[in-house]
Amino acid sequence: MSKVEPRNSFRQGVDENGHFGLFGGRYVAETLMPLILELDKAYEAAKADPKFQAELTDLHKHYAGRPSPLYFAARLTAHHGGAKIYLKREELNHTGSHKINNVLGQIMLALRMGKPRVIAETGAGQHGVATATACARFGLKCIVYMGAKDIERQKPNVFRMRLLGAEVRSVDKGTGTLKDAMNEAMRDWVANVDDTYYCIGTAAGPHPYPTMVRDFQKIIGEETRVQILEAEGRLPDTIVAAVGGGSNAIGIFHPFLDDASVKIYGVEAAGRGMNSTAHAASISGGSPGVLHGNRTYLLQDENGQITDAHSISAGLDYPGIGPEHAWLHQQGRVTYVPITDDEALASFHLCSKLEGILPALECAHALAYVDKIAPTLPKDHIIVLNLSGRGDKDVFTVAEAMGEKL
Amino acid sequence: MNAVADITQSRITRRFAKLKAEKRPGFVAFVTANDPNPETFREIFHGLPQAGADVIEVGMPFSDPMADGPSIQASSQRSLKFNTSLKDVLAAVRDFRKLDQDTPIVLMGYYNPIYVMGPAKFAEQAAAAGADGVIVVDLPPEEAEELDVHLRANRLHFIFLTAPTSSDERLPAIIARASGFLYYVAVAGITGTKSAEEFAVKDAVARLRRHTSLPIAVGFGIRTPDAARTIAHHCEAAVVGSAIVDVIAQGLNQEGQPAPGLSQKVLGFAKSLADAVHAAQH
Repeated sequence: MSKVEPRNSFRQGVDENGHFGLFGGRYVAETLMPLILELDKAYEAAKADPKFQAELTDLHKHYAGRPSPLYFAARLTAHHGGAKIYLKREELNHTGSHKINNVLGQIMLALRMGKPRVIAETGAGQHGVATATACARFGLKCIVYMGAKDIERQKPNVFRMRLLGAEVRSVDKGTGTLKDAMNEAMRDWVANVDDTYYCIGTAAGPHPYPTMVRDFQKIIGEETRVQILEAEGRLPDTIVAAVGGGSNAIGIFHPFLDDASVKIYGVEAAGRGMNSTAHAASISGGSPGVLHGNRTYLLQDENGQITDAHSISAGLDYPGIGPEHAWLHQQGRVTYVPITDDEALASFHLCSKLEGILPALECAHALAYVDKIAPTLPKDHIIVLNLSGRGDKDVFTVAEAMGEKL
Repeated sequence: MNAVADITQSRITRRFAKLKAEKRPGFVAFVTANDPNPETFREIFHGLPQAGADVIEVGMPFSDPMADGPSIQASSQRSLKFNTSLKDVLAAVRDFRKLDQDTPIVLMGYYNPIYVMGPAKFAEQAAAAGADGVIVVDLPPEEAEELDVHLRANRLHFIFLTAPTSSDERLPAIIARASGFLYYVAVAGITGTKSAEEFAVKDAVARLRRHTSLPIAVGFGIRTPDAARTIAHHCEAAVVGSAIVDVIAQGLNQEGQPAPGLSQKVLGFAKSLADAVHAAQH
């Protein structure tokens, strides 16, 4: 019996209004619509401009330090005694995470559009740091909106942003986390339409952001493909990445979506457990809705009010997910699985001790899923995990969870 | 075409025809349903026609009102403390209609609660409750069809926002879907922050008139009776929201309980706005 191929590619992209099937779109106030259409045009022109691409490639190489290594985690593999575990070392990029990939692209676009003022939202602070960094590098004014609760739990990153010349604005509305920071950034943008570029950090928001951010992040998967072929002579069997909004995940997933032999897992934050209400797993525990400019899976009540997310990881503490993930879930191409705070913490310690790598708590969720499945898989099974950020920023949170005070 | 015949006889159309005949602009008052609590809201809502409101906009609260400034955000939060749902908002409209068959009611909010309730169910129930029009802040014309089809079927006006940033190329797509009246957002920004500038509003309204014969209401950034009169001079109606909601906020104690006589105070302020607007002759 012949295998049933998907009728279309999973990498076909969006329709002209930015829909991935039911998901995505542009749900914004009229004041912003003309700006979003202008951004779409500017991005399409930049994408087709070889000079833009060449400059970006140069920055990736000499400023961000790409390509990032694909590293065989020998001790972690031996510990589990099953599948071979490779780590895509995005945490070695300049600023310590994959966020710089997207930011360099968007800041070059801001320059091209003649916008001198850049705003961004940040949860864990990794996107804020990356944006502050690129703004410093190109001499742009930078304002970062960050939830008051996140400012408290990600102090080192707040100070890094200030050292880089950015202004960090605390948002105490709502839950004081990433969702509220994004609301405030949108409000800033609508009030400063003439001179401001909004640099969204995740693969969500109104079109063209989800596709643009994915395009800037898919270099992760493209490099991984070349590197694993070099190391193993074949594609991996499994790819795993943590999903908050989902930019690192879509970045490594996208180039493999049409390779049916590659199983793909997105790991959502289950917080204190999927039986509790304290989680951030929009797909496992949410339903479709409209927030922040796009239709996607959301945590919400029966009246359509957005409910609070919870995760020990500030970067995953968001009640939505990028619309392309919502679509890939609905299509059955990617499997989304929940991992709790405690499971992530255990894997944080395991990776630190066995591999000498402090992973960001976001990636510790992906590691926890690998720690679950690796022992059950044969030794010739190849797993690639996107280690999207380093854990230095999380040492205070981890210390607190261990009952220690720094 | 019964639907078309019906909607041209709607409360909104009749109200703007009456204002035109009287050669005066209208006053549109915005309040969020159940702000600051269901009882006080009911007193304010029911008193607004008497205070001079020609149209009432009832805010359907949302947890993440991205186009709103601090005043209306706080107002939504106060309402959501009572778990105000769309059902509750529609029940309040039904209740109002027992007393007042003439004052048009426009429901204003964000798309998610409507989407979760179901656009068809929402439109049917809003029409049955006696609402006349709907504004959905985050539903631009490009995304509007899935709601519009049900609003049309239920003879509800779909009222669209236009902004200083809406270009001449963009306006026809908005106006093609707009009915009842066209709402002009006088400032590029969120509600209740910057002030609407008279000369800019005058030019903007003139530009809109080249595209449509619909009545034009101007809102966002009108905070005082004087400002309302000045702006209303150039359009068919002036909308005030944040400034009214601020009077509610100022009348609450630390626990959020309204001071005695708060609804009368709010209605007094609404009357001062209405009187100022009505003094602006066309």
